[in-house]
Amino acid sequence: MATIATPEVTASPVRHAGSGASALRQVFVIVAKDLRAELRTKEAVNAALAFAIMILVLFSFAFDPAADETKMFAGGLLWIVFAFAGTLVLNRSFARELPNDCLDALIAAPISGAMLFLGKALASYVLVMAVELVALPVFGIFYYVRWYDHFWQMMLVLALGTWAITVVGTVFSALTVNIRLREVMLPMLTYPMLVPALMASMQLTADLVNGKQIWGPDFIWMKVLISFDILYTAASLALVEIVLVG
Amino acid sequence: MREKILYLLGVAAFVILARDIFVIARFPPEASQGNAFKIIFFHLPAWAAAFTAVGASLVTSILFLVTKNFQYDAIAVASTEVGVAFLTVGLVTGSLWARPIWGIWWTWDERLTTTLVLWLLYLGYLMLRRAIEEPTQRATFAAVVSIFAFIGVPIDYFSIRWWRTQHPAPVFFSSTGSFPHDWSVVMGWNILAMLMLATVIVAVRLEQEQSQRELDSLRRLAHAF
Repeated sequence: MATIATPEVTASPVRHAGSGASALRQVFVIVAKDLRAELRTKEAVNAALAFAIMILVLFSFAFDPAADETKMFAGGLLWIVFAFAGTLVLNRSFARELPNDCLDALIAAPISGAMLFLGKALASYVLVMAVELVALPVFGIFYYVRWYDHFWQMMLVLALGTWAITVVGTVFSALTVNIRLREVMLPMLTYPMLVPALMASMQLTADLVNGKQIWGPDFIWMKVLISFDILYTAASLALVEIVLVG
Repeated sequence: MREKILYLLGVAAFVILARDIFVIARFPPEASQGNAFKIIFFHLPAWAAAFTAVGASLVTSILFLVTKNFQYDAIAVASTEVGVAFLTVGLVTGSLWARPIWGIWWTWDERLTTTLVLWLLYLGYLMLRRAIEEPTQRATFAAVVSIFAFIGVPIDYFSIRWWRTQHPAPVFFSSTGSFPHDWSVVMGWNILAMLMLATVIVAVRLEQEQSQRELDSLRRLAHAF
């Protein structure tokens, strides 16, 4: 049978990101689009923030906020709140594209899956960080915790830990967006995977609120956190095209 | 022919396990732990089977993504299910062993916690498969999750090790304890038998998976008309 030459179709559409500058621009376009969409409705951010504060209040019944021991597991408390609230934002990341078949349009757009993923992840990152930066002082007030003693170290831990939550959350948000029980599946898959990153963030945060520096004997946790971020970012960038396109 | 080999393998596994139970029962009680120690003859082989199955699942998941051959996906799901089953056996026998020796059912040491996290991860894998109808999508997503889950294993292990510094020392294959030669031989047989058993179950499950796929494609064909 004669083969019909269709070079326009077979020469895979501009899926390759081209030069670095244009790839960056593509990522920026996705970030801007997602943030604009979220800021118009604010549904994910509002829900996550309300949820975070509600958990902080509920925790105050489980433990005595004034007790000295509470400071020991303050880091743990905080990151459980962040992981829960973060999931609410990440759940929306791809689900937002479902009405009007926007997801299909995005996948068909001349942009590589990795760049699309990076844009989505960065947008969610900004949103999750915003929620955390509001929840952190509230946490400090409710639990009498001095989190600002080593302010920049705290920000570093927050930045790295949040990236771990965001990168794993975004790739699984893409994976679960079209399946039944989406809201259940996302935490089912991400939480066990996040265990090392959450442990590291909890340990470092606990150090900081207890007046210790992160450069001390617990610096190993910084390494765990950084390795986790690098490994999972690399794996996500490598596999996300398969998840999105098949 | 294939079925006969499978039956034979299964029967042989049972014969070895049954024989070993009598052999183990005649062994003298271990010096410090008494008879409770003997559960190791089933605990360790269960782990060996579980980790072999989980490793097979990773390899076949990667092979599926590369070749898109559904046979690999079927092996991946069959071995993951069997892996989860043997992980459960490992956790339960470990718990039964811990109760008389440590006085507790559970301790948060590195091995136990890593295994529990792993168990949860693969449970997520199986749940995900249930939630997706479309076969290609199901196989692809499951393979991705399997790879992600496996990346976590070493990080999990080491971070939990650093987290729980007071973990109990390894009781087996360590320089402190010595394992008599005839005990090692029985252990070897039990590991072999458990691996054979796992292979048989994976093969049976694989056949089910293939029949399921045939059934699905027939159903689709029927719908097309």
